[in-house]
Amino acid sequence: MKNPLDSLRSTVVLGFVLTVVMVLIINAMYS
Amino acid sequence: MHIDAAYWTFFFRWLHIMSGVMWIGLLWYFNFVQTPSMPKIPDAEKPAITKVIAPTALFWFRWGAMSTIITGIIEAYLNGYLADAYSLGLTNHSIQATRIGFGMWLGTIMWFNVWVLIWPNQKKVLGIVQVGPDEKKKAARIAALASRTNTMLSIPMLYAMASASHLPM
Repeated sequence: MKNPLDSLRSTVVLGFVLTVVMVLIINAMYS
Repeated sequence: MHIDAAYWTFFFRWLHIMSGVMWIGLLWYFNFVQTPSMPKIPDAEKPAITKVIAPTALFWFRWGAMSTIITGIIEAYLNGYLADAYSLGLTNHSIQATRIGFGMWLGTIMWFNVWVLIWPNQKKVLGIVQVGPDEKKKAARIAALASRTNTMLSIPMLYAMASASHLPM
């Protein structure tokens, strides 16, 4: 399987995905 | 304006932001500019990067990272949220502590990547430390993955830290 970090584009996309995941986690902690 | 305890909390935030700009600016230079450009440079001209530009950029990059984490920890301590933030706000049930805490953990992991993974391996890649070709290739791979990881983590890190002070509850 290809490592997403080998592509700069995938790296940046993953960064935004992680941000959304983090926001959802924080939301869940305070709901 | 009084030079009181509250002033120093701001002062260290200023130093922390400047250090962070130095660090992340150079991180993004490596990932968005230098690495994608290397394949386009003729081999004879690559030493301009590997012998001159990269070592200088790496100096300010790694010391920017060191300064960022030190001023950040001092700032958190002076503001009284160091422990609560690193506990992700679970100790004081504060969303602000959770937000800045996520940022601090991401930043700490990124600092670790710089000083434990990227810099020691870049010394081998650039020939600052002499190693054989196999070890050099392995070192290049580790440094590259660590640098991409930090690029990826810089995105949620900046969101988390900015939201701690600037996102209304």
